[in-house]
Amino acid sequence: MDLTLYVWRQKGPEQPGRLEQYRAGNISAEMSFLEMLDVVNDDLIRKGVEPIAFDHDCREGICGTCSQVINGVPHGPEERTTVCQLHMRHFRDGDSIYIEPWRARAFPIIKDLIVDRSALDHLIQAGGYVSVHTGGVPDANAILISKPDADMSMDAAECIGCGACVAACPNGSAMLFTAAKVTQLAMLPQGRPEAKKRVCMMTEEMMKEGFGNCSNHYECQAACPKGIKVSFIAKLNREFIKAFDSHGE
Amino acid sequence: MILDGKCPSGPLPEKWDRHRRSLKLVNPANKRKYRIIVVGTGLAGASAAATLGELGYNVDVFCYQDSPRRGHSIAAQGGINAAKNYPNDGDSIFRLFYDTVKGGDFRAREANVYRLAQVSNNIIDQCVAQGVPFARDYAGYLDNRSFGGAQVSRTFYARGQTGQQLLLGAYSAMSRQIKAGTVRLYPRTEMLDLVTVDGEAKGITVRDMVTGEIASYAGDAVCLCTGGYANVFYLSTNAMGSNVTAAYRAYKKGAFFANPCYTQIHPTCIPVSGDHQSKLTLMSESLRNDGRCWVPGEKGDNRPPHEIPEAERDYYLERKYPGFGNLAPRDIASRSAKEVCGEGRGIGSSGYGVYLDFADAIKRLGENVIRERYGNLFEMYERITGEDAYNRPMRIYPAPHYTMGGLWVDYNLESTLPGLFVLGEANFSDHGANRLGASALMQGLADGYFIIPYTIADYLARTAPGGVSTGNAEFRKSADDAADLVKRLLSINGKRTVNDFHRELGRIMWDDAGMARSEEGLEQALKKIPELRDRFWNDVKIIGSGYELNQELEKAGRVADFLEFGELLVLDALHRNESCGGHFRVEYQTADGEARRDDDNFSYVAAWEFNGSDKRPVLHREPLAFENVVPDVRSYK
Ligand SMILES: Cc1cc2nc3c(=O)[nH]c(=O)nc-3n(C[C@H](O)[C@H](O)[C@H](O)COP(=O)(O)OP(=O)(O)OC[C@H]3O[C@@H](n4cnc5c(N)ncnc54)[C@H](O)[C@@H]3O)c2cc1C
Ligand code: FES
Repeated sequence: MDLTLYVWRQKGPEQPGRLEQYRAGNISAEMSFLEMLDVVNDDLIRKGVEPIAFDHDCREGICGTCSQVINGVPHGPEERTTVCQLHMRHFRDGDSIYIEPWRARAFPIIKDLIVDRSALDHLIQAGGYVSVHTGGVPDANAILISKPDADMSMDAAECIGCGACVAACPNGSAMLFTAAKVTQLAMLPQGRPEAKKRVCMMTEEMMKEGFGNCSNHYECQAACPKGIKVSFIAKLNREFIKAFDSHGE
Repeated sequence: MILDGKCPSGPLPEKWDRHRRSLKLVNPANKRKYRIIVVGTGLAGASAAATLGELGYNVDVFCYQDSPRRGHSIAAQGGINAAKNYPNDGDSIFRLFYDTVKGGDFRAREANVYRLAQVSNNIIDQCVAQGVPFARDYAGYLDNRSFGGAQVSRTFYARGQTGQQLLLGAYSAMSRQIKAGTVRLYPRTEMLDLVTVDGEAKGITVRDMVTGEIASYAGDAVCLCTGGYANVFYLSTNAMGSNVTAAYRAYKKGAFFANPCYTQIHPTCIPVSGDHQSKLTLMSESLRNDGRCWVPGEKGDNRPPHEIPEAERDYYLERKYPGFGNLAPRDIASRSAKEVCGEGRGIGSSGYGVYLDFADAIKRLGENVIRERYGNLFEMYERITGEDAYNRPMRIYPAPHYTMGGLWVDYNLESTLPGLFVLGEANFSDHGANRLGASALMQGLADGYFIIPYTIADYLARTAPGGVSTGNAEFRKSADDAADLVKRLLSINGKRTVNDFHRELGRIMWDDAGMARSEEGLEQALKKIPELRDRFWNDVKIIGSGYELNQELEKAGRVADFLEFGELLVLDALHRNESCGGHFRVEYQTADGEARRDDDNFSYVAAWEFNGSDKRPVLHREPLAFENVVPDVRSYK
């Protein structure tokens, strides 16, 4: 198939950017979206044009590196699918495709489609862990965890940290990302001792990093390639209120 | 030179304990005077950085991704082994040790493997304490599944995302240390060189992948945790950025490279769909717990799978290996698939594919159970192929996946360069000629959490802290060399893209040094690779400058190293006149096509020393001694 692409090109963080038009010819339905971009890039290189810079690594939907807004939707049209797992069979000959970077205050653009997501790492550094040293821990079966709790913890832990939730949110909020980590650990006995501190530290860090507030648009859930649910945000709120209560005590 | 692996003496179960008692310690107040450089944030690197930081050392940690949470360990699906024996099915430390040594076709060190089996249990405890949500049963206990090459259920898992969960555990532990200030993080930073001062590893030279700036970092010791080199085949299950650069440049600085020809071809990957293909996707080995591999019994049978009656199917693994059936080890399962396709019985449009069929398991257990076990894998399969594996068998084919070879290390994980430690897939230590499923995650975390903290202390205790700085002439030279290389690459301005060259190298490696190797093919590869390398250095085209984010330049540097390293791999394969594990030489097989090992002549680790760009590397041997197991013929029948 033949496609027309409109791709965001921006030389660096301080330079202005704009959409450039390219032709993607001879694209087969079997290709992944990123393989389609590989073909376009090889063409550009042969013509002496600088190829489009985009982040990617595992190309199997798990590392969370790929990050493109396709036709206005983070990760494109397929539900629960990262850009690298999106295949060209979902497009038709003659389609126009708009490709842009994540856009959010907390994610400055580095180049073309590549943004700086270190703010997400800072959120984890603020408290997204159990403070356990290596060694000296009890036998793994010493702590029983009911299957529903373990499953819910795992549902939350599936987050790949790609940032699509932030890019989808009109406020650029990282609420879904934060809520997933808070929930994963709050569901487990190992995470309880630090639950209050964790939720406070992480929400405070959200403000510092320039993420917006949550005003219940649920765009994050719609964009999440892993199906992380907004019900975790409710869980975060409950954890937060609990923490707040005991502070007042 | 005969290499000494420095394995401690004494009875096998006591070696590690005795050795730990003999290692020197660094006292708590002195630890903060030392700086340790860790390259890589996969399981090995993240667990090492977290643990060393906790102990009080200063750690500088580097990765090429934008976040340390994205190391390729994240992609591991199936699980992690441990000798817990929770299912009470006869497992023990000795059995895990024995299975691993046997799985590796008796080409690994006994002492290393036994230690790995010993600490395996601590790993599971540690991960649970961190909040890794492993699968559990309804009573709340941890659940296990089976993997290839074992007759017990010892694999712990977190849905189909075990690597992700383990890595996030290690990443969180490291994040805690970043906040505490003991670990400094350098993401989007690529190591281009190892710096040695007076023959010891004292730092690295890197390129900032955003600004293009080349800089050096000094430390008292360096840990390379940079993963495997399966991308030398171009198409593999590794991430696009996985590379041999860090390890290869350390090799060029004097670290020996061990067993480069031991590469693993994984039996269950989604088949290639066309020339555009940029990577291959693994379908976890755990699927072989419930899936049955088959091809039509007759050549050229093009009927759709459901129209082929039971009697006209060949469940070739069950037929050939009734003892292990579909759970035969990877090398054997891969070769069997290649064999049936070679006979013209392969399926799919290319003829390079076999079925992995879940119909029986679905009949027996119900679709829900299968969905619960493998739902995300079936989804992934459908996303890529557009086919629903609940209703028709998956199509699979072997693909390069893991590399057992790596930088040579002794029992302390120290390379031939003092002060250079190598962890995880980047070293060669524990898997011999073939790795069993669910053992790489175990090894990465064993190295990082439980081994390096002890062994690096012994080196540091004998080293004055802060001995060198980046002002040293060796650092300046290393930075100049790295900058020159970038300049050279950018000045070629030829006609072909980096991908073009990488693809061509991959074809040579796959055809001549892939699943089946012959003297003739390997000799041919030895001619083709240098010739391709020449063309690369004359005709590659890279646009843009070195002082900005330039992904083509990054790729070109990695491919340049693969173009040299590929030759080393072929040389090693050519010298090893036997078949063992993942290394299959067609000249050395039994009448029924099984690998024929030659213990009299090849029971050793081959460690190669760089000897200048235009000279053949020098081969050194580390003899393997088996005191506790008898290297017998590996039978899975
Ligand atoms: C698809 C897939 C599935 C797998 N499934 C399983 C499984 O179920 N069970 C199992 O036990 N094993 C599995 N394996 C194998 C296992 O995942 C790996 O062997 C293991 O995770 C490697 O860990 P590592 O820490 O050594 O390296 P990696 O996780 O590969 O990390 C390498 C790190 O080094 C960094 N790096 C590399 N080069 C440079 C450089 N030049 N400069 C700076 N940084 C650099 C990278 O940024 C990265 O952080 C699987 C592998 C794959 C590919
Ligand atoms: S590239 Fe890893 S999730 Fe897309």
